[in-house]
Amino acid sequence: MTRLVVGPFNRVEGDLEVTLDVADNQVQAAYVNSPMYRGFEQILKDKPPLDALVYVPRICGICSVAQSAASAQALADAMGLKSPENGLLAANLTLAAENLADHLTHFYLFFMPDFARDYYRNRSWFSAAQARFKSVRGSATAEVLPARAKFMHLMGYLAGKWPHTLSLQPGGSSRSIELAEQIRLSILLTEFRLFLERTLFGDKLESVSSLDSESALLAWMQSRKSKADLPRFLEISYDLNLHKLGRATDRFMSYGAYHEGGNSLFPSGLWEEGQIHTLDISAIREDVSHSWMEGEAALAPATGYTLPQPGKTGAYSWCKAPRLNGLVVETGALARQLMAGHPLVVDLVLRHGGNVTARVIARLLELARVLPAMEEWVKRLRPGEPFCNNATPLDDARGIGLVEAARGSLGHWLEIRKGKIANYQIIAPTTWNFSPRDTAGNPGALEHALVGVPIEDNNDGAPIAVQHIVRSFDPCMVCTVH
Amino acid sequence: MHREPLNLLWLQSGGCGGCTLSLLNAECSNLFDTLESFGIHLLWHPSLSEESAQEARRIIDDCASGATRLDILCLEGSVLRGPHGSGGFHLTTGGNPMMMLIEKLAAIAKHTVAIGSCAAFGGVTSAGCNPADACGLQFEGDLPGGLLGRDFRDVSGLPVINIAGCPTHPNWIIETLAALATGVLNGQSLDVVQRPRMYADHLVHHGCTRNEFYEFKASAHKPSDLGCLMENLGCKGTQAHADCNTRLWNGEGSCVRGGYACIACTEPGFEEPGHLFAETPKLAGIPIGLPIDMPKAWFVVLASLSKSATPKRVKENAVSDHQVVVPIVKKARQK
Repeated sequence: MTRLVVGPFNRVEGDLEVTLDVADNQVQAAYVNSPMYRGFEQILKDKPPLDALVYVPRICGICSVAQSAASAQALADAMGLKSPENGLLAANLTLAAENLADHLTHFYLFFMPDFARDYYRNRSWFSAAQARFKSVRGSATAEVLPARAKFMHLMGYLAGKWPHTLSLQPGGSSRSIELAEQIRLSILLTEFRLFLERTLFGDKLESVSSLDSESALLAWMQSRKSKADLPRFLEISYDLNLHKLGRATDRFMSYGAYHEGGNSLFPSGLWEEGQIHTLDISAIREDVSHSWMEGEAALAPATGYTLPQPGKTGAYSWCKAPRLNGLVVETGALARQLMAGHPLVVDLVLRHGGNVTARVIARLLELARVLPAMEEWVKRLRPGEPFCNNATPLDDARGIGLVEAARGSLGHWLEIRKGKIANYQIIAPTTWNFSPRDTAGNPGALEHALVGVPIEDNNDGAPIAVQHIVRSFDPCMVCTVH
Repeated sequence: MHREPLNLLWLQSGGCGGCTLSLLNAECSNLFDTLESFGIHLLWHPSLSEESAQEARRIIDDCASGATRLDILCLEGSVLRGPHGSGGFHLTTGGNPMMMLIEKLAAIAKHTVAIGSCAAFGGVTSAGCNPADACGLQFEGDLPGGLLGRDFRDVSGLPVINIAGCPTHPNWIIETLAALATGVLNGQSLDVVQRPRMYADHLVHHGCTRNEFYEFKASAHKPSDLGCLMENLGCKGTQAHADCNTRLWNGEGSCVRGGYACIACTEPGFEEPGHLFAETPKLAGIPIGLPIDMPKAWFVVLASLSKSATPKRVKENAVSDHQVVVPIVKKARQK
């Protein structure tokens, strides 16, 4: 048995180190370490409740709006405050803009550059992949960065700036939209649609959304060979059998996303053995047996606490181990699209389980599915009608905020006592996916997904398959170890 | 212009990565071409470069050993000194504190640049009870010191360059790096807390679209109101050093244009204002934080005068989230 420490892991958001026990050219066990601690839960203690809106977006520069949205929702819950229709639409648009920009950033800047590595120099697609996806220098970067920056003009209108806005309030949005701005939002969405259709998909968004099985996907890929970046990814992915790589526990969870008028664009749920169940969030516990954190029993987030215990015996990460009914779950775009019952994603998971290819496809599918929803939301904005309701926080109250960040389910649990924050607990998406072991010794989702991975060539200490699997989760470590 | 490219190494520690994400909002056709056009060569960036693990460690080690010349060291995020001064809250692969690596590289880099308020002053990571014992490279809040100490000077004689902001504006980063690369940035180019004067010699108030409301002290009372945010909602735009309303963010945005207060995120210690962020602290009904160079008595007189002269249009629009009274159109030709 040899031990391999892979780190610093780059092209993920934040700091990550993965330790692998390797024997017979296979990973026998993996240990995921989040090597940085900042302590936002401690920072928030005793603060005035509304000040959370300033601190929590700064947990993360890439899920900043998701953090704002979860906090605004937790405060609204604690205040019994409802947002007017315009406020809900503006909040959905702001969160969707962040999530779609993150999907784009992940695909082009974080994930695809691995296929341009010299490691793959003998593959038939290598020179094309290198020209297109090489980090920093590939032709895609020069097209994607300006398109992304332009798309983020949505944030200029809706949120003042990105990251770190204060426009998302418990009662709606602080930024009302005028008619002229409503038109400009539409124009920005059209420009982004054209970019996606031309560059990423080589097809209409609606045609991509209507792909309903793996065989339909493969036929579509053949028909558009090398004409756009998704077909290029699919060719590479099926050549390398990435759909057989990175299977975790195949238990998925989503809080549901983009709510309006009692409906959600993507519903919440728990996927287990091919069936969708109602999600019971009261079954969430955070285990700290292998975390450098104080505590014995696994606690519910509403009554939990986060206090560091450096040097704790048996611990190897600052990340806690959240579990649902004591079990490991995976969260992310793949989970959301499963809960939404998208036939392509359901087919992919039923055939191969959760895997590298399916996670990437689910993310890109969301680009195709959410942008048309955004176009509708913009049309439904009503300039001249209210965007925000207001109230004063109660002196004693509790609230929960559950949202979907690009990379999965994000929850905030807030307790206000005597007008101050008495407790604020956060479970971020990557806390679920990249958790360490729990008391029963069960590894987290990534740790599970890495077991059995063949290591024939350790690629200078960073086996390439391990890199694909890690990045397929689109981890955000700064959220994980807030 | 330097003949040889300037080698830039970007490291992240106790922060959120938001300054990097903000940098990617840069309005140029290709950020990397822009940097290269000023002769800046990106050795390694944790979010953007190809090299991972051992390959990345070699690049950093070569800088530390002097095998690769390090011209610009950028740190994003604060320095984590805890627990108990060990730096253990952020360890690099291999188990060494990030804090020590930063100190080692700053000692040999030609220039050291703090990207964002965390790296400059400690920032949000140092808020509250400061659990990770976070500080900036050369400041701890507004106190000189930080990791490198008050007397630190880089190889060229400059102190740490503090591109403060939470996050920083992409252009503040690009322009500061360009000024360094072209040799036009010197000690005179930095203000008292070492921020590039290019953007810090301005106030957020400059170019504020709520200026008419400010003039008449027609104030907003709740989020989404159109009125001035200074009197009630905590806005520090008249005190905060930055050009956010003349340069703008993400196209046509800024905090005040987004309907919320400027929280002075370019200033040391902004993370602990001593009052609710979205509520203006007052003494006898008068805001404590007045415009930066305005005597209190003048402000009080001017405010009461302008309040008494406020047109109905301005007064009513100030407390609405859309214009309820529009500017009238006079039949006579304008003079």
